[in-house]
Amino acid sequence: MAAPAAKQQGFHDCRDAWARTIEALAAEDPRIVAVVNDSVGSSKLGGFQKAFPDRLINVGIAEQTMVGVGAGLANGGRIPFVSAASCFLTGRALEQVKADIAYANFNVKLVGQSSGVAYGELGPTHHSIEDFAWLRPLSNITVIAPADAWETAEAVKWAAAHVGPVYIRLSRMPVPDLLVENRRFQPSKAEMVREGGDVTVIACGTMVHLAVSAAEELAADGISVRVLNMATISPLDGVAISQAASETGAIVTVEEANIHGGLGGAVAEHTSAHFPVPVERMGFPGFVPTGAVEWLFKHYGLTASGIAKSARKAIARKSV
Amino acid sequence: MLKNDIAGGIRDKALWMRRKAFTMVFDAQLGHPGGDFSAIDIVATLYFGVMRYDSQQPDMAERDRFIMSKGHATGALYTALCAAGYYPEDWLATYMQPQSKLNGHPNRNYLPGVETNTGPLGHGMPVAVGIAISGQLTNSDYRTFVLTGDGELQEGSNWEAAMTAGHRKLGKLTLIVDRNRLQQGMGTEETNGLDPLDDKFRAFGWDVAMVDGHDVEALMAVLSEPAGGRSKPLCVIANTIKGKGVSFMENKASWHHGVPNAEQLAIAMEELA
Repeated sequence: MAAPAAKQQGFHDCRDAWARTIEALAAEDPRIVAVVNDSVGSSKLGGFQKAFPDRLINVGIAEQTMVGVGAGLANGGRIPFVSAASCFLTGRALEQVKADIAYANFNVKLVGQSSGVAYGELGPTHHSIEDFAWLRPLSNITVIAPADAWETAEAVKWAAAHVGPVYIRLSRMPVPDLLVENRRFQPSKAEMVREGGDVTVIACGTMVHLAVSAAEELAADGISVRVLNMATISPLDGVAISQAASETGAIVTVEEANIHGGLGGAVAEHTSAHFPVPVERMGFPGFVPTGAVEWLFKHYGLTASGIAKSARKAIARKSV
Repeated sequence: MLKNDIAGGIRDKALWMRRKAFTMVFDAQLGHPGGDFSAIDIVATLYFGVMRYDSQQPDMAERDRFIMSKGHATGALYTALCAAGYYPEDWLATYMQPQSKLNGHPNRNYLPGVETNTGPLGHGMPVAVGIAISGQLTNSDYRTFVLTGDGELQEGSNWEAAMTAGHRKLGKLTLIVDRNRLQQGMGTEETNGLDPLDDKFRAFGWDVAMVDGHDVEALMAVLSEPAGGRSKPLCVIANTIKGKGVSFMENKASWHHGVPNAEQLAIAMEELA
């Protein structure tokens, strides 16, 4: 997946922004603690551990206890950020996330690292493409998949200040900074990355910059594409979706996740109830074969040209 | 107050709790009276002889915490919180009714005094460990108590949390195992044996005490903090009788979630007079 050299230089691993931000917040607020399952390195929390050794709680390879301990720390007045590979954080400890965090409504922040298919060749045991479908129906918990380093930092800051459960879903795939003017992070609000009238691409996380590239590609053919960065999957910005449906008449959703029950499912639920229009859902249909991340993206059309193709298909369906 | 008077007061509370809990279960025709009755003397001892709290300030930072990990034992928990003054007695009559705050399993967002939501087994221990770690981080003096069933210890999450508690030497954490030796279908040792339970906890870095879970004086002695505190978490294995206090319920697995008819209620009230 070749990107222009100039653009590549601006690519960042969002985990670095997460690590910088949580360290800065912890320096200001002694209530902030980190909880990990032996995932200090993969969570990039080495600096945090050095600065606040007592406040880095490593329970070892024990995800159920990791999440339950997070709830207990919140009961004690701490602000815990529970950080682990998202496949284990959400899969292994799903009942703890449901009962101890969401249902009990504890002020715990879950940070899923290396989500989606970031662990490419390691296979579906290590992929986290079901997490949206698992967490989206849970009441009380805000689910956010930031699109770039800036948004990652803003989401972490917002989560620390917000009283209530949050799931922040990070990748390890470098992504470029989005070029949006006067940005302000608003949870549960779609961000208009690009105006357009013929079709709307709604994307989140690592897919947003690809959606922008697709829009640029289609603009050359005179097709005007709106791009929405839907960083917050739950609660969903229904107003922006209804506007996209009524003003552009067709929608493509793109997520580094299973197409069942995630962003695409959420958008389709909304449009079917409020403003039915063609919706093309892009992502993974289920467990994926062995391959590097780049190969998997290409194989499933999660590229600028693949998104452009889906956009054309969605537009064509408008007249049917 | 003399020690005997305190114990007598606890026994009075426990008797009241048994009468109320059984009536709640009769009214709702739902509940888990067998497990309520094995735990009631333990819970009454904690709330009326051991723990420091102020029911008028349920969120007070330095309160001692109690977690009912066997969340189905709501008859024991709800009557204790009521007797402790967290809410008025008329709330008990709403048990499991539509929109009641007294759900079949406790919810901290509905009821003051509930520390965390429980129900699925094996959740209380990790949360209690987190509370105890929080206290350790802030040099707080509060104690954390968690009550599990014995069958519940078949859930692996308990042992993850037990490892963490032992590793971190959480001396302010006390686990009480309601060792009635029965799970919902049959005996624990027939199902997936737990013995030797004391050795298991010692191997995980805990102090262990064995006690008669219906002997209030003995419970008070073992649950009181020794001078100078503890350097390890404490596991109290409380030997109990499922359904304790009502002759036809005692040691009967069928009363795990059995409910009484009017005649059985009348017999029970006579026995609990």
